[in-house]
Amino acid sequence: MLNKAAAATLLGLGLAWSSTALAQETVKIGVILPYSGPFADAANQLQAGIDLYISKHGDEVAGKKIEIIKRDTGGPAPDVAQRMAQELVVRDGVDILAGFALTPEALGAAPIADEAQKLMVVMNAATSIVTEQSPYIVRTSVTIPQLNYAFGQWAFNEAGIKQAYTLVSDYGPGHDAESSFSKGFTEAGGEIVGSDRTPVANPDFSAYVQRVRDANPEAVYIFVPGGAQPAAIGKALADRGLAPPDTKIFAQGELTHPEALESMGENARGIITTFHYTLERDDPLNKEYVDGYHAANNGRSPDLFSIGGYDGMHLIYEALKATEGDASGDALVEAAKGMSWQSPRGPMSIDPETRDVVQTVYIREVQEVDGKLQNVIIHEIPEVKDPLHGAN
Amino acid sequence: MTSLDSANQKPHAWLARQSRWSPLEIAFWLATLLPFYFFPTYLTLASQIAITALFAISVDLILGYAGIVTLGHAMFFGLGAYAAGLLSVYGWGEPISGLLFAAAIAGLAGWLASFVIVRVQHLALIMITLGLGFLTYELANAMTWLTGGTDGLRGIRTWPIFNYFRFDLWGYTAYSYSLAALFLGFLLSRRIVNSSFGLALRGVRENVRRMPAIGSDYRRHLQKIYVISAAIAGTAGGLLAQTTNVVALDALGFQRSADVVVMLILGGTGRLYGAIVGAVIFLVARDQLAGINPQYWYFWIGLLLMFVVLVMPKGILGGLASLAARWRGRG
Amino acid sequence: MIGQIAIVLFDGFAFGMLLFVLSVGLSVTLGLMNFINLAHGAFGMLGGYVTVLAMRQLGLPFLLALPAAFLTAALVSVVFERTLFRRLYKAGELNQVLFTIGVVFVAAAVATYAFGTVQQVIILPSWLRGSVEVFGLRLGVYRIFLIAIALAVTALLVFGLERTRLGAQIRAAVDNQRMAQGLGLDVERIFAITFALGSGLAGLGGALAIEIVGLDPSFGFHYLVYVLIVVAVGGLGSITGSFVGAALLGIGDVAGKYFVPEIGSFLIYLLLVAILFVRPLGLFGKR
Repeated sequence: MLNKAAAATLLGLGLAWSSTALAQETVKIGVILPYSGPFADAANQLQAGIDLYISKHGDEVAGKKIEIIKRDTGGPAPDVAQRMAQELVVRDGVDILAGFALTPEALGAAPIADEAQKLMVVMNAATSIVTEQSPYIVRTSVTIPQLNYAFGQWAFNEAGIKQAYTLVSDYGPGHDAESSFSKGFTEAGGEIVGSDRTPVANPDFSAYVQRVRDANPEAVYIFVPGGAQPAAIGKALADRGLAPPDTKIFAQGELTHPEALESMGENARGIITTFHYTLERDDPLNKEYVDGYHAANNGRSPDLFSIGGYDGMHLIYEALKATEGDASGDALVEAAKGMSWQSPRGPMSIDPETRDVVQTVYIREVQEVDGKLQNVIIHEIPEVKDPLHGAN
Repeated sequence: MTSLDSANQKPHAWLARQSRWSPLEIAFWLATLLPFYFFPTYLTLASQIAITALFAISVDLILGYAGIVTLGHAMFFGLGAYAAGLLSVYGWGEPISGLLFAAAIAGLAGWLASFVIVRVQHLALIMITLGLGFLTYELANAMTWLTGGTDGLRGIRTWPIFNYFRFDLWGYTAYSYSLAALFLGFLLSRRIVNSSFGLALRGVRENVRRMPAIGSDYRRHLQKIYVISAAIAGTAGGLLAQTTNVVALDALGFQRSADVVVMLILGGTGRLYGAIVGAVIFLVARDQLAGINPQYWYFWIGLLLMFVVLVMPKGILGGLASLAARWRGRG
Repeated sequence: MIGQIAIVLFDGFAFGMLLFVLSVGLSVTLGLMNFINLAHGAFGMLGGYVTVLAMRQLGLPFLLALPAAFLTAALVSVVFERTLFRRLYKAGELNQVLFTIGVVFVAAAVATYAFGTVQQVIILPSWLRGSVEVFGLRLGVYRIFLIAIALAVTALLVFGLERTRLGAQIRAAVDNQRMAQGLGLDVERIFAITFALGSGLAGLGGALAIEIVGLDPSFGFHYLVYVLIVVAVGGLGSITGSFVGAALLGIGDVAGKYFVPEIGSFLIYLLLVAILFVRPLGLFGKR
């Protein structure tokens, strides 16, 4: 068994080896995502965002060639994510860790980024605490409180709703959504008349929707993960006659993503959601992005994962330009702090203190445009920060 | 290989012969040291394979030797992981006592579950283990205040082993520690299966109804091995928590329960080494295939499983053993 | 209050009927052949994708896509049965488990390759959408449709088993395989037909499930758990058992979530463990 000194020497060798890689004019980016398993779709969409950015901006930046190495976690497994991060650092000699669709993946990899002093770009994982795990973490996606706290306030102040019922998935992100929406809503003066949590792997929503109907609230707030559940809960609501304008339906943007809208059909009309990316947002940059994405992915539309990956790559490219190709963690993090840019999602920046994303929150309503139901922006809240950082 | 070679042998002589170490076994354990010198960048993988192998051994004890098919053994693995992790979060990060604590908690849960387990067989048994596994998972999710829920348990700090060997980035300490635990767990299991208790268990597996007739209280035997198995699974979980400093719900997940059974059958049941070989082959294949093709690696794993069943119905070790026997028969 | 209970019963029953169609085939093949086919859910997935293809590419109406799903799943399964699964009938349950799990892995990879990881969407005909008022209760039309299909399937199966020659042969083979063979029945052929029927029903279930639970490449693995639960609770080889088991689980799950939502995620497993502990052979199992 080797003692500390020997291990430290080896570690030094490994780092020296990775800096020779740097001298070879390559910047290696290790992308850690759940490419297989139940979250494979998130990984694919995020990867498509990364690929689109590279194909648009070339694989060379600041005189360095960009090389992507993909690693699969198979799902929310922090131990696997940690091993992947470790192997990417010591074996493949990567300069930057990126990806992380799920919070447990990011939490697993954070100690490695910290110890190896590598920039870690979180392209999705949306729990507040992620960026607090290491000073080398930067996030380019969104946080759930960021979207929902402001949304709760808006629901009372602007939409004039006095009481609401919350129905969220019973897991970390759902709990975050429930508490931040409720906080914003009640602080503004609203009243939560009831709240239920649905199992994460819940195939049938009829029981919960019936409970909401019994309570007969003015509005219901919903959070479910993307995938099959948005359409399922949307239809269950419509079957019970819970639909706008009689009962307002508020939700985070996953509920009305394109596939869910198509599946829900007429039932989706009038649903109001909060999100940081809106596919239909009228903006030349966004149009170019969406057209490029459609062309590269058989007509599939980008979603929140895609934009997180796309902007994550933007951050890496711009930071490398600023450091003139110096890929050390400290230099890149310094360059990333305070960076601001125009993204297809709208204006966004990196908070220099928390290294977390600051962006516009869009409130959208499902309306008919040219005979097709889509999300139409009805309100914008600019420069929203995550309300939880520094709060605890 | 489990039946007595000939009926006129004395069981004790047979057991004594079984527990002798063969040169092949010694070579096998020496080979586990190879990664230190030849694959130093694979030590974290090696450590996680050792942990999974220990977990697979715990399943082999009940599945291979006592005939208890389980699809919920991750509940003990996860309980051990959370036990070791929580102990550290609340201020005691000493690893070895942490492992013992993990084993104790998982063993206790195993003891409680065993009262249900020994009363059912066949499909009902499989489904009850599956149900208990899912219940534990949902319970951990519901107790977010304690377990951290989906985000996982944070704040685990494992102290250096013997206050000296720090867990390093390369995984030297992690692999040494996991390998030592695997070896000790293997020694214990080997002793158990080569004891008269182990023999009684095989009797239960082969014919439950006959055991009471020869004066064997088969339910107590089953309970005992189930508790031992749960404790070993908990130890494996504790190891994972300590070597990675993270625990999340997937430690309790159905996927983990199913994977370990797949590895065990792949390697060959009822021979302890099958558990280790299965874990090594499954995880190395997965790592290599996923490295080449992160999106479709499970296609090849699926083919591997089908191929092994068609070509080596007794698992890889069973297949090798019969090949060796045939070769020896010819020579 | 009575209205609410009626609604909950209706919803739960409809969900149970979906589970019934998905799982009855496995119950019969397990009971008949003692073959543990964990790939049963993969045939359900196949039926689902066939439906999506038939409706999107060929423009078939939903009602024609359903038999297409049934037939494709049945045909593909019989090919698998004749070429691969047949070799495993005597191979021991652990090998059957390993092999069919391998099939699930391969099926998921192929589905990912062919269709991507995206959730598949089908557009139902308008007469199946929305809800109707019956005695003052709002009932989802699609759920009524599900119940009708499940009842029709049950009636056909029961009639087929009780009244037809093939049914009599199947029953004979289930009761005593050796004796049936001794009487000159072609047990292998009976196996193959039963297997095709069972997998075809899984395919039909997969097609019906898209609207309620969605469809993606993890379907085969995900719904395996539910299918196994129904089979175990109902009892092997019993159509009545699967029917009652599925209805009970569906109603128990929905009613439980409605009245005690705090334990919503535990319910189905609590029911499973409790029922099997009291009746290890399932509600209607004979052996």
